[in-house]
Amino acid sequence: MRKAGTQMNNLRADERISIALRTMYRQYGYLPYKVSKFEEYDLYMRNKAFLMSENVLAFSDMDGKLMALKPDVTLSIIKNTKDEGDQLKVCYAEQVYRVPRGAKGFKEIMQTGLEVIGAVDAYTMGEVLMLAARSLKAISEDYALDVADLGVVSGILAKENLTDAQRAQLIALISDKNLHGLAAQCASLGVGTDTANMLEKLVTVYGPFEETLAQYEAMALPEACGEALANLRAVLEMMKLCGVERMNLDFSVVNDMNYYNGLIFAGFIDGVPSSVLSGGRYDYLMQKMGRSAQAMGFAVYLDQLARQMDTRCGYDVDTLIVYDSHTPQKRIIEAAAKATADGMRVRVQRVGETAVRSREMIDLCGEGKA
Amino acid sequence: MNKMINVALPKGRLGDKAYKMLEASGYPCPAIYEDNRKLTFENPEAGVRYFLVKPSDVAVYVERGAADIGIAGKDILLEYKPDVYELLDLKMGRCRMCVAGPKDFHDDHAHTLRVATKFPNIARAYYSGLSREIELIHLNGSIELAPLVGLSDVIVDIVETGKTLYENGLAPLEEIVPISARLIANKSSFKFKGDALRTLCACMEKAVNP
Repeated sequence: MRKAGTQMNNLRADERISIALRTMYRQYGYLPYKVSKFEEYDLYMRNKAFLMSENVLAFSDMDGKLMALKPDVTLSIIKNTKDEGDQLKVCYAEQVYRVPRGAKGFKEIMQTGLEVIGAVDAYTMGEVLMLAARSLKAISEDYALDVADLGVVSGILAKENLTDAQRAQLIALISDKNLHGLAAQCASLGVGTDTANMLEKLVTVYGPFEETLAQYEAMALPEACGEALANLRAVLEMMKLCGVERMNLDFSVVNDMNYYNGLIFAGFIDGVPSSVLSGGRYDYLMQKMGRSAQAMGFAVYLDQLARQMDTRCGYDVDTLIVYDSHTPQKRIIEAAAKATADGMRVRVQRVGETAVRSREMIDLCGEGKA
Repeated sequence: MNKMINVALPKGRLGDKAYKMLEASGYPCPAIYEDNRKLTFENPEAGVRYFLVKPSDVAVYVERGAADIGIAGKDILLEYKPDVYELLDLKMGRCRMCVAGPKDFHDDHAHTLRVATKFPNIARAYYSGLSREIELIHLNGSIELAPLVGLSDVIVDIVETGKTLYENGLAPLEEIVPISARLIANKSSFKFKGDALRTLCACMEKAVNP
């Protein structure tokens, strides 16, 4: 029983999931992409707001150039792509270094994900979203994938004369589901009543994808939202074809509008306190980096999973082999070889040492005694 | 999976008030009135478990999912910016985040302003908004003492009645932001215990805005 999958059983939950995810991405033709651990510091300073935390571990290279241990993979991949027009599909699994929200120090985080760079059409969007949902499902059946389209938010805000900072304030309140704060901020910014009411709807109307989308379609949203709603409808129809479930339409996933546009999403696992997957369309980031291509992708953060999902077993090894000074070495070697051949994890130990926790014990003490 | 709602309550007056509100909304847990040193109280019938924690720690418990919801002051939310949903303004524990200092204080911009506070992030954000360079002095209590003994020029602190300030010859100089208690929720719990949390939130809202 143990024998099958023994190699996988010896891996931590995050390692196991990372392998399963990359296998899935490879099946859909996403080519593995390796980026260097180091990157020019300047890349991150120019795109600070795209990063989840502003802190970057920096150091000087041999020639005095300021370098960084990469806090993110997406920027490095974009930097290394040529603007040729052909669609590029890549996947990766890399360690990144950053300060998690609320933490006091840097942490090494395993990030696995994929990117599509080039023309992003309806099929591509659906494929990326479907892979995001399947990634979550590979982690746990109890998952939720929240989607939204930033086009709806920008459509609602289109006729208001707001600065970028003011828009960012409103978006932060939507993402906190902070209804009272949103009402107060709309009043203080002099946002029109119609717009304020529609923004409120973005906070209060959420839930299962299909019925919630129907609710939004039935609202009298500005014409500028039309494309985004049609986009969501197209994605929904494709998700139905793919048999993807457990998707919600929820505008609390909205993010920085300077980088992202269009579809945006975040994934949650029951029992893990914050989102484990995030992604979306980031054409604006491409433009900021001087590329004309469109782009979409997502990342899965596996650092929180190891703790939550590794079921503690009550033993360290399967078989404990105990010997003493009389036991012939040949006996020990044979016993250990037999147990490992059976797929057991074996610990060989002299009698009298503190015993590790084991499922079974083979006592060779006294064997060979004259 | 346990579908009890875990609630982090701040120890002290605000927590007592918030608990009364929850009790009246249909989430009672009489064990909380027993005079002992227990930190968790459970009522399986009502489906709630309460934790009593230090007020500044409520957001930590909620952000990390140990509690599904909690009651935290806006001051703590502004200072630590936890990744949580802010569902409701409970309109209690009202006070103001203020700059305070000697009554006749005049900022002459000739020196870096020395600011003592328990809320370094709020203070830094406020003064960087004014493009005023400051020297931050992080204290953990008795902030009012700092300007009296020359440790700082002004303080950034919560002002409720202003009594402590006036008795020490200080006065509120500028209001940074009004503060009140908020109902916060863990983002992941909100997906998986959503119905229970929404019901609780709706009951609380009725109590706040009758």
